[in-house]
Amino acid sequence: MAMQDDGEEIDYVTFRAAGQLFGLPIARVQDVFKPSRMTRVPLSGPEFAGVLNLRGRIVTAIDLSHRLDLPSRAEGKQPMAIGIESGGESFGLLVETVGEVLKLADREREPNPVNLDRKLARVSAGVFRLDGELLVVLDVDRVLDLGIEAAA
Amino acid sequence: MDELLRDFLTETGESLDRVDAELVRFEQDPNNGAILGSVFRLVHTIKGTCGFLGLSRLETLTHAAESLMGKFRDGMPVTGEAVTVVLSTIDRIKAILDDLEATQQEPAGSDADLIGRLAQLALQEPPALSPPQMPVGQTAQSGRSEPPRNAALAPDDDKAAGDGAEKPPAEAGERLANHSIRVSVDTLDRLMTTVSELVLTRNQLLEIVRRHEDSDFKVPLQRLSNVTAELQEGVMKTRMQPIGNAWQKLPRIVRDLCAELGKEIELEMHGAETELDRQVLELVRDPLTHLVRNCADHGIESPAARLAAGKTRAGTIRLSACHQGGHIIIEIADDGRGLDTERIKAKAVESGLAGEAELAGRSEAEICNFIFAPGFSTAARVTSVSGRGVGMDVVRSNIEQIGGTVDLKSVAGSGTAFTIKIPLTLAIVSALIVEAAGERFAIPQVSVLELVRAGGGADHRIERIKDTPVLRLRNRLLPLLYLREVFRLADADRDSGFVVVIQVGSQVFGAVVDGVLHTEEIVIKPMSSKLRHLAVFSGTTILGDGSVIMIVDPNGIAQALGRAAQTAQAAESVELERSEENVADDKVALLVFRAGSQRPKAVPLSLVTRLEEIDCRRIEISDGRHLVQYRDQLMPLLRVDVEGGLKSEGAQPILVFSESGRSIGLAVDEIVDIVEDRLEIEVSGNRPGVLGYAVVKGATTEIIDVGHFLPQAFEDWFRHRAAAKTGSARRILLVDDSPFFRDMLAPLIKAAGYQVVPAGSGAEALAALKSGSAIDLVVTDIEMPDMDGFALAQAMRQEPAAAGIPIIALAAMVSDDTIERGRAAGFHDFVAKFDRPGLIAAIKEQSADFTRAA
Repeated sequence: MAMQDDGEEIDYVTFRAAGQLFGLPIARVQDVFKPSRMTRVPLSGPEFAGVLNLRGRIVTAIDLSHRLDLPSRAEGKQPMAIGIESGGESFGLLVETVGEVLKLADREREPNPVNLDRKLARVSAGVFRLDGELLVVLDVDRVLDLGIEAAA
Repeated sequence: MDELLRDFLTETGESLDRVDAELVRFEQDPNNGAILGSVFRLVHTIKGTCGFLGLSRLETLTHAAESLMGKFRDGMPVTGEAVTVVLSTIDRIKAILDDLEATQQEPAGSDADLIGRLAQLALQEPPALSPPQMPVGQTAQSGRSEPPRNAALAPDDDKAAGDGAEKPPAEAGERLANHSIRVSVDTLDRLMTTVSELVLTRNQLLEIVRRHEDSDFKVPLQRLSNVTAELQEGVMKTRMQPIGNAWQKLPRIVRDLCAELGKEIELEMHGAETELDRQVLELVRDPLTHLVRNCADHGIESPAARLAAGKTRAGTIRLSACHQGGHIIIEIADDGRGLDTERIKAKAVESGLAGEAELAGRSEAEICNFIFAPGFSTAARVTSVSGRGVGMDVVRSNIEQIGGTVDLKSVAGSGTAFTIKIPLTLAIVSALIVEAAGERFAIPQVSVLELVRAGGGADHRIERIKDTPVLRLRNRLLPLLYLREVFRLADADRDSGFVVVIQVGSQVFGAVVDGVLHTEEIVIKPMSSKLRHLAVFSGTTILGDGSVIMIVDPNGIAQALGRAAQTAQAAESVELERSEENVADDKVALLVFRAGSQRPKAVPLSLVTRLEEIDCRRIEISDGRHLVQYRDQLMPLLRVDVEGGLKSEGAQPILVFSESGRSIGLAVDEIVDIVEDRLEIEVSGNRPGVLGYAVVKGATTEIIDVGHFLPQAFEDWFRHRAAAKTGSARRILLVDDSPFFRDMLAPLIKAAGYQVVPAGSGAEALAALKSGSAIDLVVTDIEMPDMDGFALAQAMRQEPAAAGIPIIALAAMVSDDTIERGRAAGFHDFVAKFDRPGLIAAIKEQSADFTRAA
């Protein structure tokens, strides 16, 4: 961290889920796609939107709003998906809208505010104060770390 | 790791495996120059490479071995002793290589012992008369046994022996070095995945073109389609490996067994080149090894016994493999004594797997199949050879897990043959695509027995015993589950649909689906790691239309039946279900009925074999007992209590129990319901035949003790057995925190002729042991609060009064891990919690040991 004091800039893919603005380092994003023909997985939790075929890969779609206990997306609104890879598997984070790519200096990233929602804080790798809005940097690995919570 | 070193390790590993196999054949057929040359060259190659890499310890050792091998090649006779020393040398080389791989350094140490013996043997004078040598280069055709393919070297190869040329591992004897390359398995697996995707894309394109009649794409797409098919076939081929790879270690194993057991056995191998998918190959390796060990240990007689029976001194184990359709057939046959059906019968009765009467009506083949029953072979004498805690039941379940079958033929006095049939590949399987509540699912064909259309005017209809759906299918009561309900997609409100009859182990049930669409060869894709906890699915697949569907795991949905399954495997799945959702904690499916009094009575449904209605006119009375002809046997009919039960006319409902192989019928007035509930016996019974009282769905219900009725029906048999045990009844301490299991198991153990001292916790058990109440054997649950089974075993070892007492552990889930831990803690045996015959067998075995020791 200290090494990055020179103000190294990182590109963030930004998106919204339940109105909240999130950012993900572009290096972690494989692709952005419109999910189609999703197959529900019976008996899976509400955070699992289903599985789908993306160019021959099977992608497990995770509904970010459900995952973070945020209010769900408006019904009937077509979600977007942020494709990420973890442990050799493909995942898609379902979000409401995908915004522009922002270049942000790492030194401006601040630790989580103490009063940040607990669920949100757990998956947040810090926040950026943008004009009139907070951008929460997602820690993808923690978003995908469903097992521990399921067992607890 | 240094690339050179890594290559050396890989290659040497392969070469060593081959040396093992070759050396054994060498001993059997010492005059075979071709084999001799091949072994010599392998050792020579290893030596050469060691020198090059500066591995001096290995070099010295292989040099000594090579010198001896060279003498043999020059005509010195081969002795058994020499082969033993060479084999020990090879073991040492392997040990050094293992260290080398781990530390990248040659370990320190001395091999002077082996080198000395090798040198000494090499110096021995050849006998005066030169041994009856065949000309060098003679191939093995004249040998006693047909050699495996890779032993047949071209004659002139021998001359090239000294040149140290590297030999490809694939097929010895043919110089293929320039025609083959080494490719990592990962690369092949990735290639396979890519091709699967290509196939799916092709299918999608074909579907699009089908909708547009005069498309210009038609012809090129047809071409693409053909090329794709060829490519798929080609890539599948690269994953294929000869079955011989799984056989490589067998000659050595058989040789060592011969030495250990004092037997003479020839191992013949045919069709070693038959290929199958490497994944399947890995999975079939252990079962095969076990079967061969079994043949050598139990099948083949000692030389003396063989001669006495008019056979050749040496026995033969014959391994063969061939392709048949999409399967590979592997046969393991010996010319030994065959299975002793009398002994199997005795043992089956002894371990409670079947009754004598039932056995009398069975064919030899059916009796032989008992050796695959859980708890059967583990109860046999445990030798270092075949008793490694693995029984034939494990062999069978391993083979069945990969969609295979194993059959057995045995002729007394002339041998036993096992036939294994397994699919060539697991990556692509045939599946039934079904629909439930608008969603599609794939069910692997291997576990589907048949499809039955039910309701809507079809012959069969779904009936309900109150809320539980069942299907009457050819005189059998098939429990049903609705896929839509199991998956919580919708309520099971339908009485029509298709019933997919599924077999899982010994359990057969029907899964009701809304529609059966078609069958399709599906490419199995693993489940996402985040969804792997869902036991009901085994994977995902992409259909031709591009959509993803889930592959149903028949094992997983079988749990939804809520029945206590008999096999350890099923017990394991039950355990999985428990850990994943806290629903059916101790829930048991109970059959509620009325007989005599108005108070409802119940038995665990898992104990009921069938529900039948028989015509009262068929009931015969003999000797004051009621009998009915049932399935070509006379089945005794009993009443739960004196008032109730037998009607005089009309249809008589009966519950059929087939415990210990015998069937009895329990006459009841009416079957009320099947309910799933926690079974907690709150008040124990004071009447024989009643385990106690429990609240089932709000009503006080008598829980019937089936164990009480069985001996009543077969008085003679039990009395006979009891008489043999009188006065010597061993005392067994039964430790389980669940009163249900205690109450279930105690009568069972008692019926087998033992006294039972129950204990509800580890502490209670220790107290009983300390009080000096002469316990012969402890049977304990593993999972208990406060002091679990492991802790109890450890505590017992500290306690002088209890230290020597054998302990049998009851495990809900028997994994290698638990067994390992249990052995360390001091358990003598493991039995799956639901495996009742297995428990009795284990008790017998342990108490027999005790008798011997005493």
